[in-house]
Amino acid sequence: MGVEQKLGNMGVVTTTLESVVNWGRTNAMWPMLFGLACCAIEMMSAQSSAYDMSRFGMELMRASPRQSDLMIVAGRVSKKMGPVLRRLYDQMPEPKWVIAMGDCASCGGVFNNYAIFQGVDEVVPVDVFVAGCPPRPEALIHGVMTIHEKVKGESFKQYAEKYKQTT
Amino acid sequence: MDKKLEPIVKSVQDKFSATFEEFRDEVHLFLKPEQIVDALTLLRDEFNFELLSALTAVDYYPQETPRFHVVYQLTSIAKNRSVQIRVPVNGSSPKIPTATHVYDVANWRERELLDMFGIEFDGHPDPRRILSPEDMEGHPLRKDFPLGYEEPQFTFNFDEIDLRKPYAKE
Amino acid sequence: MSQIEEVSLDKFKHLVSERALTGETMLLNMGPQHPSTHGVLRLLLELDGEIIVNCIPDIGYLHTGIEKNMEAKTYQKAEVMTDRLDYMNPIGNNLAYVMAVEKLVDLDVPARAQGLRVILTELQRISSHLVWLGTSGLDLAAMSMFLYCFREREQILDIFELVSGQRMMTTYFRPGGVWRDVPVEFEKAVRDFIKIFPKRVDQYETLLTKNPFLLDRTLGIGKLDVATALSFGVTGPPLRASGIDWDLRKARPYSGYEQYDFNVPTRTEGDTYARYLVRVQEMRESLKIVEQALNKLPLGPVRSGNRKFVTPPRSEIGVSMESLIHHFKLWTEGFSAPKASIYSAVESPRGELGLLLEGDGGPKPYRVHLRTPSFDNLAVLSQIVKGHLVADLVAILSSIDIVLGDIDR
Ligand code: SF4
Repeated sequence: MGVEQKLGNMGVVTTTLESVVNWGRTNAMWPMLFGLACCAIEMMSAQSSAYDMSRFGMELMRASPRQSDLMIVAGRVSKKMGPVLRRLYDQMPEPKWVIAMGDCASCGGVFNNYAIFQGVDEVVPVDVFVAGCPPRPEALIHGVMTIHEKVKGESFKQYAEKYKQTT
Repeated sequence: MDKKLEPIVKSVQDKFSATFEEFRDEVHLFLKPEQIVDALTLLRDEFNFELLSALTAVDYYPQETPRFHVVYQLTSIAKNRSVQIRVPVNGSSPKIPTATHVYDVANWRERELLDMFGIEFDGHPDPRRILSPEDMEGHPLRKDFPLGYEEPQFTFNFDEIDLRKPYAKE
Repeated sequence: MSQIEEVSLDKFKHLVSERALTGETMLLNMGPQHPSTHGVLRLLLELDGEIIVNCIPDIGYLHTGIEKNMEAKTYQKAEVMTDRLDYMNPIGNNLAYVMAVEKLVDLDVPARAQGLRVILTELQRISSHLVWLGTSGLDLAAMSMFLYCFREREQILDIFELVSGQRMMTTYFRPGGVWRDVPVEFEKAVRDFIKIFPKRVDQYETLLTKNPFLLDRTLGIGKLDVATALSFGVTGPPLRASGIDWDLRKARPYSGYEQYDFNVPTRTEGDTYARYLVRVQEMRESLKIVEQALNKLPLGPVRSGNRKFVTPPRSEIGVSMESLIHHFKLWTEGFSAPKASIYSAVESPRGELGLLLEGDGGPKPYRVHLRTPSFDNLAVLSQIVKGHLVADLVAILSSIDIVLGDIDR
């Protein structure tokens, strides 16, 4: 069943380039296969049969940062892992987004100590924080939907300004 | 004490003039650092303690002599019994002979102690840090190492902490 | 934040062979971000073509400081840390911890609580093995295993959610018993699971056990002999697959395991395939225990009546001044444990999970050491991968079933 049956014969559809591009980005957002700790197990659950993230075009977890758009930081980030995480982030192509999944990635969680970064936003810029220890797969999916909303609101002008700053 | 452990404790006591303590049916034998390799070899070869279950340390800071107890937890699978050996070590440049030649598992466990407590093991084949980053200073599990507590951010102090929190750049 | 440091060969000179120094063999970095290292494990491989000459694991990328952090909390509050230790087996970790505390302060546990503990721990063991089976399936290119195993795992997690309100980090066991009694739906949920699960294991076995692809990649790969295993302190399924019948549930029964009738599956080959068979068999045995424990589950209280250590029920607080005082004291100050040290161990899905717990007479533990099985099981990896292909490394690594949270603590 195609979109035609739903909408009738529309002939020509006009829209803005921005919204088409953003629509495309939301529906084929490839996350990076990158688990750190307990939250990664719930991330796997979200991928598995019961929750099935592929409904949102996310069934493909890429192990290489070069091929992914979304980094889900699933778990606690230790002082030894921080630099590695940053390098992985730097290797991802623009545009890229980050979800901090779980309390540890968001704010350190129960581990307020010498070994853990108190929030992954000290290492990479974060777009969406998902609370929970671990967050339920539904919560992660909600986080993903939130990031979709955010992407839909982005404009080329913002990108242009961002790159002017970075270059 | 468990009847089955008596001959073991007796033999170690006779050989190394060790003292022992007992708590809830567990036996802790106290040895000197230079005796540990011989004692482990004896226990492994004669009393079937094939498994070095745990190797760790306890820090009794600010007490200095001894500051650390290095703990060896031994298990005998064949005879189903356990015994614990404790070796008191002094606080200034703690050193103890390595047990890697007796049990291979001691290799990583001793590296962990080197990393976490700064206890050095004489003759260790690979003395590097194992868990912390190489450039880390101090030994985290020592009692004088701070926990590294950071103030949590709540509504009332959000702005104040927000200013000094080292956010990452794009 | 510090930068990634440049590693020079000088640091590893004593660990690689002579040929690496002349450039004859190649050094390859694997991880810490790699799909088949099961987390953030980093391996330095010395390769002669496709053949592994040396393997140097580098761990600590998930070092969480759990041991130190537990020292800063009271006995009750430190328990939440143990959940996050080996995150495939949170309930088992809770059991190890509460048993250590109970041994230290000499606290009795009612029979019903012990039965519940056994049921939940065994369910957790099954779920841990399911994750292992699913992810090793992924590693060995059996993608559908992952989907099937997680389907059953969801059912177990639903049971956990039913009793505790959380899917993974339940902290349901407390020193002196469990948090509260299970709801009435619990029995039916577990019975449903008992009913369907044997068939599901049969299905997995139909898919894998005689599958020529699996046999090709696992038979005779990664042989671990008994002497090496013991010297490296390997415990759990890898040790049993090498032919030693050592299971703490049988050897030193705790929490009432002596009442149940179950076998400890062992093999003698010690290869990757034997480890696979042992774990699959263990799932069936665990299910047997769950069924027996559920049938035998006595009625009665689920928490010890010793008010020195266990808070009184809510209903008592309103009517008894003493209960109110106990409640207040236990939650503000905690209970104190004697100035002594104990070692207590349980059988986790990965091996012997031991706790060295030392009290100093106050309400906080003076020293907690977690003897985690994966740490020692991983140390043996560098011995058993020598001479195998890089592709076999993936199979071997998944067959020893490491959990990085367990290793790095
Ligand atoms: S938030 Fe909780 S579940 Fe997630 S990594 Fe941290 S401790 Fe584990």
